[in-house]
Amino acid sequence: MLYAPTNLHIPDGFLTIIVSLIFWLITIVMVGLAVSKTNKSLGEKQVPLMGVMAAFIFAAQMLNFPIAGGTSGHFLGGALAAIVLGPWAGILVMTAVVGVQGLLFQDGGLLVMGANIFNMGILTAVIGFGLYRLVVHQKRGVRLVVAGGGAWIATMAAALAASLQLWLSGTTRLEIVLPAMLGVHALIGVGEGLITVAALAYIEQTRPDLLNAEKTTREGGRGWIVGSVLVTLAAVLISPLASGSPDGLERVAENLGFLGSGQDAPYQILPDYTIPFLGETAVSTILAGVVGAVILMGLLILVGRNLRRRTEV
Amino acid sequence: MHVDVFDQFHFSESRVHSLDPRVKVVITVAFILSNAILPDGSWLALALAWLFLLLGNDLSNLGLGFTLKRSLIALPFALVAVSAIFSPLGEPLADWDLGFMILVPTDAGLIRFASIMLRSWLSVQIAILLVATTQFPDLIHALEHLRLPRTLTTIIAFLFRYLFVLTNEVHRIQRARKSRSARLPNVRGGGNLGWRIKTTGSMVGQLFTRSYERSDRIYQAMISRGYTGHIRTLNPHQVKSQDWLVLGISAGMLILIQLVGWIL
Repeated sequence: MLYAPTNLHIPDGFLTIIVSLIFWLITIVMVGLAVSKTNKSLGEKQVPLMGVMAAFIFAAQMLNFPIAGGTSGHFLGGALAAIVLGPWAGILVMTAVVGVQGLLFQDGGLLVMGANIFNMGILTAVIGFGLYRLVVHQKRGVRLVVAGGGAWIATMAAALAASLQLWLSGTTRLEIVLPAMLGVHALIGVGEGLITVAALAYIEQTRPDLLNAEKTTREGGRGWIVGSVLVTLAAVLISPLASGSPDGLERVAENLGFLGSGQDAPYQILPDYTIPFLGETAVSTILAGVVGAVILMGLLILVGRNLRRRTEV
Repeated sequence: MHVDVFDQFHFSESRVHSLDPRVKVVITVAFILSNAILPDGSWLALALAWLFLLLGNDLSNLGLGFTLKRSLIALPFALVAVSAIFSPLGEPLADWDLGFMILVPTDAGLIRFASIMLRSWLSVQIAILLVATTQFPDLIHALEHLRLPRTLTTIIAFLFRYLFVLTNEVHRIQRARKSRSARLPNVRGGGNLGWRIKTTGSMVGQLFTRSYERSDRIYQAMISRGYTGHIRTLNPHQVKSQDWLVLGISAGMLILIQLVGWIL
């Protein structure tokens, strides 16, 4: 098996259209910003570099390490990419990785890809880079510890965001899915953090020109520190609130008019599922029968054609 | 390993294969969108959508069950949706006492769960059909025509082009680790978990520096062959009248599915 799917990629059908569109909107804005920033600050040479780096993240995810009892952990890479390549380039690289995983391997859906890119590309880049940027002038040990911790928090934040999106879509009960998701990713995140640390230590030793304070500060300003601290604080505040008393969060969402929209469609075009002028159920029953007959006929024709083709060959 | 080892393309001379990639992308996204906005429990409409999908399979000459085989990839995620069965919004159907908690499946919850699974199952299949009938470079080109930023499509093209190169690199690194990791039978090899993670981290770092240096050489080589920041393709990418026809028919069928879903 060349490629093993991970469990943070939400498939199509699991998020409602509204949640999908909201996260597409955020993602489009962020990726658009990243494109214009990188176009301005980096030369044309950087585009092939980012492509190869995206392939690197993809390939590095194949390097797994045995944990225990036949399970193995593997690497997601968002924080590492953002620390080494800079936050904007990191976002673009992770967007390409998540995009190809969804498009080519169906690991994650297309309509929900905005949410997947947000969780695994944008959140991880903001947290991973911002926290590292905070301590960029500190000693080596401090930097590595913060980078590892940042990678762990980034993984947890991605899991938290995915849980919240699923819950807002009315796909899961928060009190069931959140502890499960956070529990699993607390472990996965440890592996992620340790590998990020080990990889950074290795890169710093062999190619110090790629990873120094001056380069890092040039790639992202203080705004990233503020952003990462805010996002981390939000995650830290939401998770106990959500897992401890989901009712509290539910009330917040209800007040914001979110939860209702997650469960009954607000885009109801036809009230009560009937066309006013078609009137009572007799007509719709007949229509349903006709549609059912058409489906059955279509199926029979398709299967028949296929059987015939197979016997001809 | 060959350059297209990761491509999911299955060669065949069919009407679906010869469609313009842009048209295929638009129909795929429209189909997934259509599934997403169907109300819960609109079984007839979902059955119609399934028929639409089977028709696509049939016209692609890959066999009716082609997408079915690969469609189970999203199944592990079903676990997440299982809790929807116990939605408090509907009429309770039973009472399951598990000792530490009582689970109450409801009718609305069951309908919701089944609808999510069917939507997801259908949507995955059309995406499988898309990549099975379109070569990935053509798909990238189509995305460029559909106004995706050039920077992003170029990154994706490079990602696809060098994925197999770096996968080979991964295999080399793994072979090196294996050849240095001899152990006696029934004796636990290697160090503790921390040691293993450190080794994996060094492998990731090694892979990174090799990739980085390689990308430099690649860029020099491309410049010397006339690269101007744009990857070219020999396929003409013209939307023919046949493509418009398929687009129109598909749009009609999706509208029909929506009508059936919302009225019946």
